Amino acid sequence: MTTDDADARPYGRRAFLGLLAAGLTSFAWAGPASRIFAPVTSQFSQLAGDLLPVGGWRIYTISGSMPLFDRDTWRLEIGGLVRKPQRLTYDDLLALPRAHQISTFHCVTGWTVHDVRWAGVRLNHLLERAEPLPSARAIRFVSLEQPYTDSLTLPQAALPDVMLAYEMDGKPLTRAHGSPARVVIPEMYGYKGVKWLTRMELVASQPTGYWEGLGYDQNAWVGRSNGRD
Amino acid sequence: MTRRRLARFSRTERTVHWVHASAFLILLATGLALYLPSLSELVGRRPLLKSIHVYTALAWLVALVLVVVLGDRRSLRATLREVDQFDRDDRAWLRRRHPPQGRLNAGQKVNAILTAVLALLFLVTGVLLWYGERDTRFRFAQTILIHDWVTYVSLVLFLGHLYLSVIHPRTRHALSGMTRGWVYEDWAREHHAKWAAVARGAGDEP
Repeated sequence: MTTDDADARPYGRRAFLGLLAAGLTSFAWAGPASRIFAPVTSQFSQLAGDLLPVGGWRIYTISGSMPLFDRDTWRLEIGGLVRKPQRLTYDDLLALPRAHQISTFHCVTGWTVHDVRWAGVRLNHLLERAEPLPSARAIRFVSLEQPYTDSLTLPQAALPDVMLAYEMDGKPLTRAHGSPARVVIPEMYGYKGVKWLTRMELVASQPTGYWEGLGYDQNAWVGRSNGRD
Repeated sequence: MTRRRLARFSRTERTVHWVHASAFLILLATGLALYLPSLSELVGRRPLLKSIHVYTALAWLVALVLVVVLGDRRSLRATLREVDQFDRDDRAWLRRRHPPQGRLNAGQKVNAILTAVLALLFLVTGVLLWYGERDTRFRFAQTILIHDWVTYVSLVLFLGHLYLSVIHPRTRHALSGMTRGWVYEDWAREHHAKWAAVARGAGDEP
C-alpha cells in the first residue's frame, strides 16, 4: 500500500518461517520440556482440574453414549472355563477384600496421568470364587459399551498391581471413568483397561479385542509396544 | 452529514477470513467436547463428534483451495506482500508507539502470521493423530501434546481478536470491513491514516 519500499523489511515471512520451525521442531523438544515443566504444569492442571474437571484425563468412547450404571440391575458375571460361574451384585463386589494403589496411567495416544489413587478388588479374589479350569489361559473382559472387549493372559492378570477398580481418587468411579468398575493394569496402555465392565470370561486362548482388531498390540506394555519399542 | 466509505477487504479476502473463522469455531467446539471429560459426558456421541471434527478440517482445506483457485488471486498476493513487509512505522508500532499505519497495522500483520502458523501446526498434528490411528509408525507421543498447546495459544489469540473486533469501542468498527467490505473514512483516518489517504472509495452514506 503506502509502504515506503526503501525501509520495508520482509519480517513477515521470517516470523512465519521461524515460528513454524519452532512449532515443528517441538516434536523433538516438547517431550523433555513437558517433563521439565511438569511440576509447574501439574499445579496448573490441578487448578484447571478444580475449575473444569480435566485433571489430565481424556475420555475415549467408541459408541454413541456412555453406559449408565444402575446399582439394582448391574451384575458382574464371571463365566467361561470356570467351575463355579459367578453373578455378583455391586454390593457383592464391595464386600470382597479391598485393595488400594497409587499408579500412573498411560494412554497409547501419548498422555499420562500420574499418581491416580485406585481402590478395588484384586482379580485373584474374583478368580478364586469362580475356580478357573486348568484349560483356562486368559480372561476376556466385556464392557457394557458394545462392542468393546479386551483381554489379559492369566499371568498378566496376576501382576501385583492389576485390579478391578471401583474407586478413583477417593470417590466411586464416575460414569466417564467406567462406573461401576474398570480394569486397571498400569504396566499397559489404557485401552487394555476395560471400562463399564460387565463380564469376565475365562478362555483357552487370547481373543482379538476391539483395539487389537484395529491394529493395536495385544501385549500393550508401556514404552515397549505400539511402535514405541 | 454524509460519511464517506472506503473499501477495505476484497470479497476473496473476506471469504478466506470467514472460511477460517467458521472452521475454527466448529473445530473448537467439537474439539472441546472431545477433550473435556465433563463435556464428553454431557454430550456423549464421541464417534459423531470425532467425524464432525475430522470432516470440518477436510472441508476447511478444500474451501481454502477453492478460494485460491476461484477467487481473486491478485488480491491475495497483494495481501501476502502486505503482511510480509514491515516498514519503519510498523516496527515503531510494535515498540508501542503509534505512528500512522497502513491498511493493516503491525499487530494485525502479526495476528495474520500467527494464525497461519497455528493453522499449519493444527493441520500437521491433526493429520498425524488421524493417520496414526491407522498406522503405528506415525504415532508419536508428542503429537497430542502439541495439538493441545496449539489450541491453548489459538484460544488466547482468538479471544484477543474477538475483543478488539467486537467489544472494544474504538476498534470494533473494523468488523464492518470484514463483513460488508468497507469502513468509514473518518474511522480509517484515525486508525489507518497512511491507507486512508490513498484508499479507493466505496460510495457515500446514503
